[in-house]
Amino acid sequence: MALKLSDYKTDVHNDWCPGCGDFGIVNAIQMALAEMGIERDKAAIFSGIGCSGKTSHFINTYGVHTLHGRVLTFAQGAKIANPEMTVIAAGGDGDGLGIGAGHFVAAGRRNVDMTYIIFDNGVYGLTKGQASPTLKLGEKTKSLPSPNTNSNVNPIGLAVASGFTFIARGYSYDVRHLKDLIIQAVNHKGLSFLDVLQPCPTYNDLNTRDWYAGTDLVEEAQKRHSRIYKLEEQGFEPVVHYNSEVEVNEKVSQALIKSLEWGDKIPIGVFYKNELVSPYTQRIKDKIPNYFENSPAKQNISKNGHSNTDISKILDSLEV
Amino acid sequence: MSSVDFTWLIGGPQGSGVESGANIFSKVCAEMGYAIFGKREFYSNIKGEHSYFTVRVSEEKINSNVNAVNLMASFDAETIFRHYDEVISGGGIIYDSDLEKSKTDDVHTLDGPFKERLHKELESKNKPFTIAGVLEIAKEKGVALYPVSFKSILATLAEELENPRLKGLVRMFNVIAVSLSLGLVKMPPDSLNKTIGDIFSKKPEIAKINQHTATYSYNYATAKFENFNQTLLGIEKESETILVQGFQGTALGKMACGCRFQSYYPITPASDESVFLESNDILEVIDDRPGSTAVIQTEDEICAMGMAIGSALTGTRSSTCTSGPGFALMTEMLGWAGINEVPIVITNYQRSGPSTGLPTRHGQDDLLFTVYSGHGDFPKIVYASGDIEESFYDTGNVFNYSDIFQVPVIHLMDKFQASSVITCKRFDPQKITINRGKLLEKVEDNYRRFELTDDGVSPRSRLGIDNGIFWNTGDESDEKGHITEDPILRVKMMDKRMSRLDLILKNIPESQQAVSFGVEEHTIISWGSTKGPILDAIEMLKKEGISIGYVQLKLMHPFPADYVTSLLKDAKILIDIEANHSGQMGKLFKQNVSRDFDYFILKYTGRAMTCTEVYDSLKKIIENKANKREVLMHGA
Repeated sequence: MALKLSDYKTDVHNDWCPGCGDFGIVNAIQMALAEMGIERDKAAIFSGIGCSGKTSHFINTYGVHTLHGRVLTFAQGAKIANPEMTVIAAGGDGDGLGIGAGHFVAAGRRNVDMTYIIFDNGVYGLTKGQASPTLKLGEKTKSLPSPNTNSNVNPIGLAVASGFTFIARGYSYDVRHLKDLIIQAVNHKGLSFLDVLQPCPTYNDLNTRDWYAGTDLVEEAQKRHSRIYKLEEQGFEPVVHYNSEVEVNEKVSQALIKSLEWGDKIPIGVFYKNELVSPYTQRIKDKIPNYFENSPAKQNISKNGHSNTDISKILDSLEV
Repeated sequence: MSSVDFTWLIGGPQGSGVESGANIFSKVCAEMGYAIFGKREFYSNIKGEHSYFTVRVSEEKINSNVNAVNLMASFDAETIFRHYDEVISGGGIIYDSDLEKSKTDDVHTLDGPFKERLHKELESKNKPFTIAGVLEIAKEKGVALYPVSFKSILATLAEELENPRLKGLVRMFNVIAVSLSLGLVKMPPDSLNKTIGDIFSKKPEIAKINQHTATYSYNYATAKFENFNQTLLGIEKESETILVQGFQGTALGKMACGCRFQSYYPITPASDESVFLESNDILEVIDDRPGSTAVIQTEDEICAMGMAIGSALTGTRSSTCTSGPGFALMTEMLGWAGINEVPIVITNYQRSGPSTGLPTRHGQDDLLFTVYSGHGDFPKIVYASGDIEESFYDTGNVFNYSDIFQVPVIHLMDKFQASSVITCKRFDPQKITINRGKLLEKVEDNYRRFELTDDGVSPRSRLGIDNGIFWNTGDESDEKGHITEDPILRVKMMDKRMSRLDLILKNIPESQQAVSFGVEEHTIISWGSTKGPILDAIEMLKKEGISIGYVQLKLMHPFPADYVTSLLKDAKILIDIEANHSGQMGKLFKQNVSRDFDYFILKYTGRAMTCTEVYDSLKKIIENKANKREVLMHGA
């Protein structure tokens, strides 16, 4: 029986603020899962802490709401132990790029075949609006006592530098486009990263829905244009095809340059994609030939209640 | 004690092959039927600082080191300066005669406080601050000196083998020292040749050079040295004996009991276990295709713990291995595993704290920290193994506890155990039972992961099985695993989880909670690696007609208060022995059993206890001459 979008929704009451950008992201994840027809019990959504951390409770798949900054650690462990699962990790920008930044960088080096979505809104929402790692230096959102004293981190740039092999940005109010990005990210063979711009209607009074829509740029309504534009509509070519050093460097550089664009023009879409880098699970298989057929989660470890592992050769080598 | 009780010490700069020298010596002795207890001491350093290895050889099973050294094999000056006074009258020192003029000031790795003490001693005996000076003291004490020019040996070998490179190959000093030692005690030379052949089996050319060097040095000792008063001629070997290193006990236990995922971050002395697991990551399985352990080196201990939990959620037996500082980073996640009822095993090879403390030295420093680790109340098990042989079987048990009670288990080991080498009965994997508790293979409809059940344990699904969908959260949750802040449900969930502590005490067999080696008027209560020195010290006292009881605690949390109280009802004087400053177990004991200890024998020099010093303290206690708090100091 084909699964419907509603099958991916739980009946848990969603207590995000009205107008929160997070709704669009959850909808997009559910739409993507439904469109891909991923069985509910073959998918796991891991989430961090904060408003976005509740995401896993709203999606009717396995859901693991973890700890602040640590979502990638749990998610990678699960994927490595059971590589058949579709694993999506989700968390806020404070979660992933502040307290969890070390794991972000390390995950890039590992390239485990899964997807990481950052709900990027520039504030720590659930603790009432402190500055998060993507808020720019000198900016003052409404609950900050004084302007932000830290520079911001560039999520796309950091992902590029860390070795993520699929890097894209979405906008939470363009749900269809975001859904398409999620499908590409999940289908990508390797670690995919999605930076999702997500206005916080309660605490971020700078990067609001209207701001993204460009209402402040020109006065006349008819001349208005959104700050956001799509890379694919500009003929941007993010894919590495040959894995030559020259090509990789070129694609990495252009992604990095694009990631610096902000202000009046903000790109969304795919910045970089390289499936020629081996996913971590493949690297394990190179060491352990039957890893995929007999992954840790699948292994039978006992016979009649006793150990069935034969360690006699190792014991022989210790025998005197 | 048996007729042979012989302690050999080898020392040298780190990186000079002290450990491989000790391995050769231990292996030869074990091959020749002797029981071995060896222990390595080293600095937090890769090259240059002093390291040494003490190997005790006996005809009967031994469980610890003694203070007395019978034969010391040295090839540098520092070893002599640091250990000359440990060699007893009638013992011997093999040393490099080219070093006789070396002054203490020539040895840059002799640290200030030690040099000061040594100078004082030399001054008081009116000796120069040189190797010759300390050796004179040894000689006056009745120690036989065996000078050898290591360089001349190399020069002769270079000529014999027509290999001029050998002349400068100081790397061979360790093999020379070992072979001289074995010649001196008249160990039959075949086993030396065989052992070297085994060790270098993949490099036949190097094996040949080493064997030639060994034979030459062995013959040198038998020809040139006068008789040494100790001989090791070999005895009948007990069948099924293994020579095993500390960390191999838990590693082999993990392989045997089906741990198939281990994540870790490098830390002394824990990483050896993970490296050993990875070196043996493909596993043979009886009547099945090969299995494997995914061993993942992570970016920090937080990730190691997170990955292990993520893996455990898939139903895989999962673990991490660390030491105190690493465990400190894991504690937030420990609480998450607690509230989410995730079975996971954290092997903690403790070392000396606080902070980085003595990074490569021993300490039983983490008992109270692990018992109280994590914020908030949640059930967990803290379990301590007494020796390497035990640790193999205990590893199987702790994975069962973890699965049955759905709690995190902290398995306490320590640096003393990690860097010990012992002979023991070959491990029997068939003795390891596997009980996964309420882990489900198939799930019916309307599954609730945290279902409130009579026994407080819910059937456990795993990521990826049909119909088994569940939610986890570090927040309080309802039966499905969704967040709740309802006060009534909160109480139900807390009570359910915490009821597991009683369940644990009821269901873990008493023999696995604590082990009584007899209860006497004077009874020792201890935990972990003190077991070896205690057993040997008790044996020494027994020979003098003194009986001392000993209860070894294994289940440290939840504390088996009733069982321990019943065990100790005939004990009048309680003695706490442990390797930390504050007597951590004593505090835990008092809190649970409401009895005070009469004596504390503590050691926190960073060096493991010897049975000699435990014996000495116990003797003082028996003779009513002891302080309430006896602090042990032996060991360089």
